[in-house]
Amino acid sequence: MTNSIEEIEFSDAILAIGTNTTENHPVIGSCVKRAVRQNGAKLIVIDPRKIGLVDYADIWLRPKPGTNVAILSGLMNVIIEEGLYAKEYVAQRTEGFEAMKEALAKYTPEHVSEITGVAAEDIRTAARLYAEAKSASILYAMGITQHSHGTDNVKSCANLAMLCGNVGIEGGGVNPLRGQNNVQGACDMGALPNVFPAYQQVANDEARAKFEKAWDVSLPAKPGLTIIEIMNAAHDGDIKGLYIMGENPMISDPDLTHVEAALKNLDLLVVQDIFLTETGSLADVVLPSACFAEKDGTFSNTERRVQRVRKAVDAPGEAKDDWQIISELATKMGYAMDYSSAEAIMDEINTLTPSYAGITYKRIEQNGLQWPCPNTEHPGTKYLHKDKFSRGLGLFSAIEYQPSKEVPDEEYPFFLTTGRVLYHFHTATMTRKSEGLIEKYPESLAEVNPNDAKKLGIKDGDFITVTSRRGSLQVKASVIDTPPEGTIFMNFHFREAAVNFLTNPALDPVGKIPEYKVCAVKVEAA
Amino acid sequence: MDQKLSLTIDGKKLEASSGQTILEVARENGIHIPTLCYYKGTTNVGACRVCVVEVENARSLVASCCMPVSQGMTVMTNTEKVIQARKLVVELLWSSGEHNCLQCEKNGNCELQDLVYELGIEKPRFDIDSPGYEIEDTNSMIQRDLNKCILCGRCVRVCNEKQVHEVLDFSMRGSNAKVGPAFDTDYIHSECVFCGACVDACPVGALSFKQARFKGRPWEIEKVHTTCPYCGVGCQMDLNVSDGKVIKVTTNMDYGKPNEGMLCSKGRFGMDFINSPDRLKTPLIRRDGELKEASWEEAYSYIAEKFASIKEKNGPDSIAGLSSARVTNEENYLFQKFMRAVIGTNNVDHCARL
Repeated sequence: MTNSIEEIEFSDAILAIGTNTTENHPVIGSCVKRAVRQNGAKLIVIDPRKIGLVDYADIWLRPKPGTNVAILSGLMNVIIEEGLYAKEYVAQRTEGFEAMKEALAKYTPEHVSEITGVAAEDIRTAARLYAEAKSASILYAMGITQHSHGTDNVKSCANLAMLCGNVGIEGGGVNPLRGQNNVQGACDMGALPNVFPAYQQVANDEARAKFEKAWDVSLPAKPGLTIIEIMNAAHDGDIKGLYIMGENPMISDPDLTHVEAALKNLDLLVVQDIFLTETGSLADVVLPSACFAEKDGTFSNTERRVQRVRKAVDAPGEAKDDWQIISELATKMGYAMDYSSAEAIMDEINTLTPSYAGITYKRIEQNGLQWPCPNTEHPGTKYLHKDKFSRGLGLFSAIEYQPSKEVPDEEYPFFLTTGRVLYHFHTATMTRKSEGLIEKYPESLAEVNPNDAKKLGIKDGDFITVTSRRGSLQVKASVIDTPPEGTIFMNFHFREAAVNFLTNPALDPVGKIPEYKVCAVKVEAA
Repeated sequence: MDQKLSLTIDGKKLEASSGQTILEVARENGIHIPTLCYYKGTTNVGACRVCVVEVENARSLVASCCMPVSQGMTVMTNTEKVIQARKLVVELLWSSGEHNCLQCEKNGNCELQDLVYELGIEKPRFDIDSPGYEIEDTNSMIQRDLNKCILCGRCVRVCNEKQVHEVLDFSMRGSNAKVGPAFDTDYIHSECVFCGACVDACPVGALSFKQARFKGRPWEIEKVHTTCPYCGVGCQMDLNVSDGKVIKVTTNMDYGKPNEGMLCSKGRFGMDFINSPDRLKTPLIRRDGELKEASWEEAYSYIAEKFASIKEKNGPDSIAGLSSARVTNEENYLFQKFMRAVIGTNNVDHCARL
């Protein structure tokens, strides 16, 4: 997030696009609802599904799945056409406006209406609501990113925010809500194929020299493979050894048949986890780890706040902290890693990660600190790009709408879109072990619009067969008006109805994210 | 708005900002005024009258939680008149329910019990007349015993004003008044999303975390301040540990950002996995097609040898690692260092995209 969670409550307008906030980030969902109920914020919801926030919205735009670029372009077209944009801000703080304006010219509300199915007048109303607010915050999540054009979606959000002068101000911003406790931290720490901690490029000689000196070893310059590319390479026999810590790709990755074949093709699969997951069952070696309640450390939240994790109980049996396991394995392999505690690792992080340089355990004992925090006197950063963008000028991008890679046709006439539900988390390794959560949501449900249910001849609670070009499964139907007609929604929590046997592994060319939010399926009564 | 003014509380000359209540100013200055219905961050309703104080020239006692301070105000928090009024309120509350501390989860951490003790009430002067509600036992997460409810409305306000789930409210009138979901239904059949904020808010034993019943009394519990392991909001919370086990999760509004004392159902009730019998307890190595228990030494040697031979035969780029968005920063840092410095490849990623 460019801005902080606390600011959402005091934004004059909130545009929530591709985020089912009340289910996936419930505490932020409550912030949005307080902003609306108590502080008079205008709420614009853009989502094909009738999500919880729709009840609180001033206006709800319901585009067809996969048409975010078109709808956002429509909003910007209106804002420019009606002269509602922040002219001074655009002139002084940004570049690339003219090229973007030209690209936007054809996305008139009428044209966008044809692509998205949203009424032209609603596009105008939403555009004015967003543009006329003194501070407006854009919230988004995987509904924006998990597309073959996810990067274009994100850039469109950034374009819209900059167009109205909403980046670098309190209560504004482009605010991705991150789905996992420490996905921000994993990125910050360089668990990515192209960067060291704090996004220092592995291909950059200077950065590499710094880490080579600190780690006393020579380092490879060539960026590595992303998760999906690793699976493909394993499938092709180019990757022979894979070390997986705390992930369960056998449920979370697209096209699971392919993933299973890839994992089985390895010479060595090491899985380190708290449970024997679906992935662990395929491993050659399984290493038991301590869970969050059994160790010390830090997580970085979606607003860049680094907060303490503390040991409350002992780990079961011989399970160890992940950092201990890595250290001992490294030492075994001839590279000594000798840390006395998690804090000792943070001390090393402080010296190599400029944005974390001032974030010490002592300073975050009570409250977390938000990076960038370049030294131990720095108070942390509530919102980014104040007065000046990190790159200097904010860069507008000219973007063309691209349809999703697989859209419904005669044989596969339904959209399938996927996500999470309130009571479960990711591959449900943890939530399915919780009595209360299982009581509320015991089994996977596929949401089917009542009109579709009538045509299919099914009723609430009946089983349906959902088939894509990659697989087929049976799942219980929940007949409900949350999804629009012609769209099925499924969660990816339950191995018994693992929706990623159906999803399309088509990737965004830049972000390498799979297109989980859109593929084509056929649906039949089971 | 932020005008400074001066006033006197219990003979102490104090400075305050206009708009502050007597209670806020008193607490800021270390002067104790007891409360029951007051709940930080929600509307002050003055429902319980326990916080009454005497204000010079006022016609009657005033509820300090609702009364804004004014210039030159003289407040007394501890006069005989005030004490008698508080006693009356507490005795009425005590007698209107079944406040049996023997099996109450709140024993030792109950705000009504604290008041009885503070005011030194041997027994109420009224007959105890419990309303005789059935204990709500229909879900595994929250137990409701309305016989202990003092109608302070804290649960109602936190549900509507903080979480904005808009599930709880008052119904009925007079001595039949009660709080709960619409149509007098139980929690599990209502729109309740089990964030548990109402249980944290309850000053007495009317609402309790059911799984923690009889698992540890307040003075046996150690609270460990940590960060929720689910989504990216990073809610601050307390793991309540008794006898070496996490028995429940509570929050603390004083932790402030980012969640200001709020949680969702996952952070609140999604912790059973910690004590699950299915947890991995020893390393496993596949032998004859089956995963079998092994020592750490065997596991490390097996992996080290295999990685070394793959690296020698096919080069470091034939090895890859998936780090995790679930583990700590320190562990992610170490994992990428391992892949880069020990294996010698940049083939390291995690599920940020999934």
